[in-house]
Amino acid sequence: METLLPIFVAAVRSGTPILYATLGEILTEKAGVMNLGLEGIMLMGALSGFAASLWGGSPLIGLAAAFAVGACLGLIHAFLSVTLGSNQVVCGLAMTMFGGGASALAGRSYIGMTIPGLDSWSIPVISKLPVIGRIFFSQDIMVYASFALVFLMMFFLHRTRPGMNLRAAGDNPKAADAMGLPVAGIRYLYTVIGAGLVALGGAYMSVVYNKFWAEGMTAGRGWIAVAMVIFAIWNPLQAALGAYLFGGVETFQLRLQAAGARVPAPLLMMLPYLMTILVLLFISAGKGHKVSLSAPAALGIPFYREERE
Amino acid sequence: MKKSVLHVLFVFFVFFSFFAFSIAVNAAPIPVAEINPGYVYIGPVGDGGWTYMQDEGRRAVDAAFPGLKSTIVESVGEGPESVPVMERLIRQNKSKLIFAGSFGYMDYVEEVAKKYPDTIFMHVSGYKRADNVGTMFGRMYQPRYLSGLVAGKVTQSGNIGYVAAHPIPEVIRMINAFTLGVRKTNPGATVKVIWLFSWFDPGKEKEAAKALIDSGCDVLAMHADTGAVAQAAEEAKTYVIGYNNDMSQYAPTMHLTAPIWDWEKLFSPIVKQVADGTWKSEAIWWGMKEGAVDLAPFGPAVPEDVRKLVAAEKADIISGKQAVFTGPIKDQSGTVKIKQGETMSDDDIWSMGWFVEGVLGEVPK
Repeated sequence: METLLPIFVAAVRSGTPILYATLGEILTEKAGVMNLGLEGIMLMGALSGFAASLWGGSPLIGLAAAFAVGACLGLIHAFLSVTLGSNQVVCGLAMTMFGGGASALAGRSYIGMTIPGLDSWSIPVISKLPVIGRIFFSQDIMVYASFALVFLMMFFLHRTRPGMNLRAAGDNPKAADAMGLPVAGIRYLYTVIGAGLVALGGAYMSVVYNKFWAEGMTAGRGWIAVAMVIFAIWNPLQAALGAYLFGGVETFQLRLQAAGARVPAPLLMMLPYLMTILVLLFISAGKGHKVSLSAPAALGIPFYREERE
Repeated sequence: MKKSVLHVLFVFFVFFSFFAFSIAVNAAPIPVAEINPGYVYIGPVGDGGWTYMQDEGRRAVDAAFPGLKSTIVESVGEGPESVPVMERLIRQNKSKLIFAGSFGYMDYVEEVAKKYPDTIFMHVSGYKRADNVGTMFGRMYQPRYLSGLVAGKVTQSGNIGYVAAHPIPEVIRMINAFTLGVRKTNPGATVKVIWLFSWFDPGKEKEAAKALIDSGCDVLAMHADTGAVAQAAEEAKTYVIGYNNDMSQYAPTMHLTAPIWDWEKLFSPIVKQVADGTWKSEAIWWGMKEGAVDLAPFGPAVPEDVRKLVAAEKADIISGKQAVFTGPIKDQSGTVKIKQGETMSDDDIWSMGWFVEGVLGEVPK
């Protein structure tokens, strides 16, 4: 167990940026808007989080700034996809390119700088619990916040009135509209909040994990989060599982190499992707009844009140 | 009769020497303002490593040649997409000289060079040359070896970790040179290698460094593009040797030194030759003697005797008294690959695909 423990600790640590991005995207997609610009938003979040920590002198200021910048990008996406009703896939790809390019351009002067960043902080008492204490409660507050977020989202989506309204806007906007719900407003709100969470995932990379800024530093984690949403079948708890699994496999293969094991690393590295493909196959084969129920029925389809079929 | 033969020979000689001369100097002098060098980069200038250092070199060259107007293209993939990039540099920016900054451009440089015989191409780290294509690289294994001497002296446990990007000859050569240095000052020490299978992923680089630290390594070396390994080492109070540029800002107390590039020393003479019309296609592989590669300043943790030892070895490498890959060198199985007193040829060094004794880990097939 002593040798396995660091793997689990590292799995949670390296899964956290993916988890934030996945949770953000679940929120947005549940409301019926698809945002494929995660990679770009994460990068903008990483840069703004780093820059604000540097100038504001506190990692918390950085994280708040990252959320705000992400929310602004979400607002742009919401305007394009909800108000203008443009193709959400194209808008998302454009956001990825914009975020990558803009963060690179604006980040030139931050290259080579470091910040103290957010240090880990063990929760008193429960961090002393055997195994679980080390894995889950000896991390940093962003990790603890993500735990809370997972359960909060579970509760919110399925047990509260606003959560049901959110799902209604994503499943059947016409019915939601007939009920008197402001579909466009709901979609705006959760696209903005979702993008903010995605940006927090990016900021975790530059403020907590690596305490510096490097161009393109999320290295594809945004795309992994896009796949992770489907892997998790839009369930926050499963998103946590998937994110930690992904982080775990990555660290597991690195530690296997350090232990001198002769397992072909590329084989292990493709495992999470393989599992995502399997889940996708499962969904498209139509066998997973529960899966198709979880998917927002009106995902990516613009809604116009005046339109009649 | 004999005299007339001599006359004919003389005429032939003059004619051919003129011909040969005109080939050797196939480029007429080009005014500096018309060279417009184009730089094709593999990564973003903001990577803080490989591409960042190339661009530092370019800036220095621009400053050294007033009137020189250079153009860069960043993040150009090592595939057919590099062809239109180079063609655009030639057509729109009127580039007479192109620096292609990564190995994978090789075949595409060859292709474009055939189409534009009046443009001079310098390909970094490749081996295919033509009348208008030269190759250039630095003998980074020299400072790598020197940094190995430092690591061998500083380690307490004898376990040294090495975070490596991709299993290609360049990276393998570096690991070998480093290990030779380590074993010279510490014959019992070993170098444990972790492959990232990626040049650029700060998250993964940091995680690999932590894995090595957890497995008992007390000095880390790295061959990847960011400062993540140095930062992980600083946080765990483990000594670290950077790469590409001085990485001491990421590990102020634990940074020992770093093998670093000085691309200006490579780019600048080429621009000068093109301007003078003396450029010719050759394989440039410059080392510490020419200043193309060097060691970053030592960190506070490096003891005085180690500094002296490295300075002496460096002087021997620069004067040519000593080569890094000199026998006896054994491979991992203990078989002697280079006999006592023999020195590896440049071709063999260039294409190294095996590990020397003392490396833990394997070259993935």
